[in-house]
Amino acid sequence: MHLSRTARIALRAGAALGFAVIYVPLLLVLVNSLNPDRSASWPPPGFTLRWWSVALDNTGAREALWVSVKAGLGATAIALVLGTLIAFAVTRHRFFGRDTVSFIVVLPIALPGIVTGIALNSAFGTVLAPLGVGLGLFTVIVGHATFCIVVVFNNVVARLRRTASSYEEAAMDLGATTFRAFADVTFPLVRSALLAGALLAFALSFDEIVVTTFTAGPGIETLPIWIFDNMTRPQQAPVVNVVAAVLVLLSVVPIYVAQRLSSDTATSSRV
Amino acid sequence: MTSEVTPAAGRGTVRRLAGTLHRRPRLRLALLLTAPLLWLTVLYLGSLTVLFVSAFWTTNSFTSQVVKVWSTDNFHALFTTPVFRQVILRSVGVALAVTVLCAVIAFPVAFYTARVARPKWRPLLVVAILTPLWASYLVKVYAWRLILSEGGLADWILKPLGLSGPGFGLPATVLTLTYLWLPYMILPIHTALEQLPANLLDASADLGAKAGRTFRSVVLPMVLPSVAAGSVFTFSLSLGDYITVQIVGGKTQLVGNLVYSNIELNLPMAAALGTVPVLVIVLYLLAIRRTGALTSL
Repeated sequence: MHLSRTARIALRAGAALGFAVIYVPLLLVLVNSLNPDRSASWPPPGFTLRWWSVALDNTGAREALWVSVKAGLGATAIALVLGTLIAFAVTRHRFFGRDTVSFIVVLPIALPGIVTGIALNSAFGTVLAPLGVGLGLFTVIVGHATFCIVVVFNNVVARLRRTASSYEEAAMDLGATTFRAFADVTFPLVRSALLAGALLAFALSFDEIVVTTFTAGPGIETLPIWIFDNMTRPQQAPVVNVVAAVLVLLSVVPIYVAQRLSSDTATSSRV
Repeated sequence: MTSEVTPAAGRGTVRRLAGTLHRRPRLRLALLLTAPLLWLTVLYLGSLTVLFVSAFWTTNSFTSQVVKVWSTDNFHALFTTPVFRQVILRSVGVALAVTVLCAVIAFPVAFYTARVARPKWRPLLVVAILTPLWASYLVKVYAWRLILSEGGLADWILKPLGLSGPGFGLPATVLTLTYLWLPYMILPIHTALEQLPANLLDASADLGAKAGRTFRSVVLPMVLPSVAAGSVFTFSLSLGDYITVQIVGGKTQLVGNLVYSNIELNLPMAAALGTVPVLVIVLYLLAIRRTGALTSL
């Protein structure tokens, strides 16, 4: 399509504006963490690193970060196992209700978080309470794992669809057992897809707030919950600013890893 | 000697097990599916079912205890209580507004990244679109809280024009949600535009169409399914959201807030309210499916 000069310039300007809109808020968060003032008025009166050292000593934020990491690792581990199992079942077998299985996997992330949240909350209440088990980190992990399964599933299914099962058959023709063929042939083929899925699952869990609200027991505070609780407190604003800036900086890590893994995983969406 | 027998015997068992698994694909399938399906159906679908069944129960208005008596009062209340009706309509309106805004903003960006930018730069631009998706949801909403707060960046930019920022409220909510879900709209449009065969555009030009006509008659019809695919995300993610509106919405209430505020005192009502976004999303998906967009997700 031969665009006129003006159309090209207009598109360039539009795209530049679009990218500005995407990145200005993130840059603002970074700049604001250096703001000596507690208010968010622009421009900031100066710059200071003081709040960064204050934030590093903030036990609330540090403990919340630790809880988030534990919840993320737990949920990722469960999602990896369950997601991979379903992915193999769906791609390597034909069975009645196969499409339904794929649909059920997507459901927890397709429905609004609040619906999943209260459903799990009342189920935990009715089933676990009589057993004397209350809500805690465990229930957060269960809740997160439920909607993390889909990202592992998607990544592994995409990989399995592109790798023919003839490799495994060849291995078995050469005398390898089912397990041996899996360990030596199939697993290396899906390894990077598993890593990408795990990365996505961890990120999804680390970022989750709604389901956490309804599945966390008393005293269990993940980082998003901590930020949400402290966001509106003027006293805590500088620490929240720093935590927010750290999270913006950390978001570069998964992009970098995904790029290293393979080009196709980076372009696959988070959902 | 015995120490050497055990691994050999072990290997034999493994071999036999592997042989059995190899001969019986149904057994393999059962082993693969049992654990994940138990998790997803019993734990997840089970909880969901109980929740939606409880939407037909009521509560004792004195003790807030759930009374398991079948009634459709809650659903009746959804349609007759003015507040509920208003909030539901507002939520759908917000989700539609966010979707339209996302599409309008995403198009020029995607057109630039897919067809105007130098091919060398395109992968980098895609990464630039993707990166914000990895930044924390809450941090992005917080960023807009900073921008829109009194004396914040929005006020500062608009001041020379004699205007002030929108402050916290419904427009701020729409703006923030648009920002949050924009990449989900840019990406599918980018992919569609990138895959658009150049010879179709050349053919259109050869037949005498100017850029505008080619855009309307060739580009737009071919990209529309991707817009629809992106809209599934922008629409459904906006409809279920209740955190953003709490942070930048001022006193604005959306369906999610109503669900949230009813959980403690009237769980059945909260469940009934919760069915609304689910039903609307299902209807939206059914409508979108007719465009064939779901296969390009």
